[in-house]
Amino acid sequence: MAGQAIHLKKEILVRIIKAFLSDDFEEQTRLIPYSMRPKGMEVPYRCCIYKERAIIKDRTIAGLGFPIEEDDETVSLATYAKKAMERKEISDKNLTVLQAACKGCATNRIYVTDLCQGCVARPCTTACKFGAISIVNGRSVIDDSKCKKCKMCVNACPYNAIVKISVPCEDSCPVGAIKKDETGFASIDYDKCINCGRCTVACPFGAVHERSQIVDILKAIKSKKKVIAMIAPSIAGQFPGTIYQLKTAILQAGFDDVYEVAQGADITANTEAKEFVERMEKGKNFMTTSCCAGYNQLIKKHLTEIKPYVSDTKTPLYYTAELVKKELPNAVTVFVSPCVAKRAESFENKNVDFVMNYEELGALFVAKKIQITELEETKYTVESSKQARNFGVTGGVVESVKASLRDEEAIRPFVINGLNKDSIRQLKKFATSGCCDDGCNMVEVMCCEGGCIGGNATINNQKTAKKQLETLLNDSKDIDKI
Amino acid sequence: MAKVTVKVCLGTTCFVMGGNNLQELNDIIPEKYGDKVEVMGSNCLGLCSINWEYSKAPYVKVDEEVVTEATVEKVLEVIDKKLA
Ligand code: FES
Repeated sequence: MAGQAIHLKKEILVRIIKAFLSDDFEEQTRLIPYSMRPKGMEVPYRCCIYKERAIIKDRTIAGLGFPIEEDDETVSLATYAKKAMERKEISDKNLTVLQAACKGCATNRIYVTDLCQGCVARPCTTACKFGAISIVNGRSVIDDSKCKKCKMCVNACPYNAIVKISVPCEDSCPVGAIKKDETGFASIDYDKCINCGRCTVACPFGAVHERSQIVDILKAIKSKKKVIAMIAPSIAGQFPGTIYQLKTAILQAGFDDVYEVAQGADITANTEAKEFVERMEKGKNFMTTSCCAGYNQLIKKHLTEIKPYVSDTKTPLYYTAELVKKELPNAVTVFVSPCVAKRAESFENKNVDFVMNYEELGALFVAKKIQITELEETKYTVESSKQARNFGVTGGVVESVKASLRDEEAIRPFVINGLNKDSIRQLKKFATSGCCDDGCNMVEVMCCEGGCIGGNATINNQKTAKKQLETLLNDSKDIDKI
Repeated sequence: MAKVTVKVCLGTTCFVMGGNNLQELNDIIPEKYGDKVEVMGSNCLGLCSINWEYSKAPYVKVDEEVVTEATVEKVLEVIDKKLA
């Protein structure tokens, strides 16, 4: 996503939080588009200030947790703010599209440019298996109703005169769940969507939004209930300072306690190691991991055939949330997440009440003027292992399972670093053939390239995030063996 | 000629609002300008809380000049002007 679109989304989140913390949430929310684009301001991106405000209003609707698609423009942001305050339930539709932003983006099609020389050989017409290309006035013309967008003509043209016009959201989706329809608006098919969040990053207009639960979380904090933050391992490296200073910062932001989800990752790694041994003893060829929420959605919606090979071990979040609810049955639990896929997992887990992504946590720090590096450190009740803290980096999960075994060589890892059409095809092949490539016996699947540190709602770039994480790993103990 | 000093804000506000990409400056500046320009990270420069100007973060200071909504390109442009 373009830098400015991210900046805009974050600024809106900060403003919503500030409005909540003010003494008139509804009025302050109503004013957001006007404070961001005050009268007389030069218009940065669009045709006029009114259009800009309308789009900021739409983005604010998503920030308040509502679907933009259902807005009929008559309801004011004050009313949305009120409805957000009254809301008791959250939705399982985690994404929403700002369709007004789709206008700037052409539909997906194959197009013959002016470079067409009208040559005699006409390789494009023979390359097309669907009879979609004819010659009009000596030039190739594509009949869109027949074109299947197979790109054979694109590859056949010796002049590179035929191009595919891409729609970034469609191209980014590994399962074809987002489409720009005839009217030119993108929409998401939730039966197919695996919540990987790729489209939120890919759209240069920042049109795809997560439906935020930040108001629900602030409400819980204000209600004086105990609110517990459970931070995903990949958070180390996302903010300035250490994870111990981060704990202090989260406490200052209003939470009552902070748990590392790495604590649950230690359980996941050990349990998965036991399961691996059992499965191998039973003569299975391979096993895949089961802790990535995007992958689990993929299995459920598109890849059921792989189920027999997927480990039954629960995710780090599952074990952590179970632990917290056992200790504090009345607490409200908030998972602090790198990605939108975990919203889907959390919705199905009664022990997780809300999800707040890294961008939202960052916005909360900004709104509350919290400077992490200036804070004292606070220890965690349980210190997690080095391997568990590395769960969010590609290869990290299978490493932790390996390290849990006395005979580490028993595991021959195969790492799927990011779900895309190719890697999905590969997984399908493993499932149908019943064995994995290169004699490997443990397949780690992470939906995002690079792992959770590449999640759609991360703040830091992977290179620097990794460097920061490594400092923490060097100071952490090794995982227990099973 | 006096050295130009570049202070990249690594405070929380600037970091959250997009400062992470500015860390590249640590490599680019010495490579491009040698010892004519000195680059350093800095705690909160105190700019994000004046009039609630978090919306213009991330900030970089090139000598006394403040670069708002800083990007690598913007910062290099200001340095070039200083050196010209
Ligand atoms: S965090 Fe950069 S000026 Fe305050």
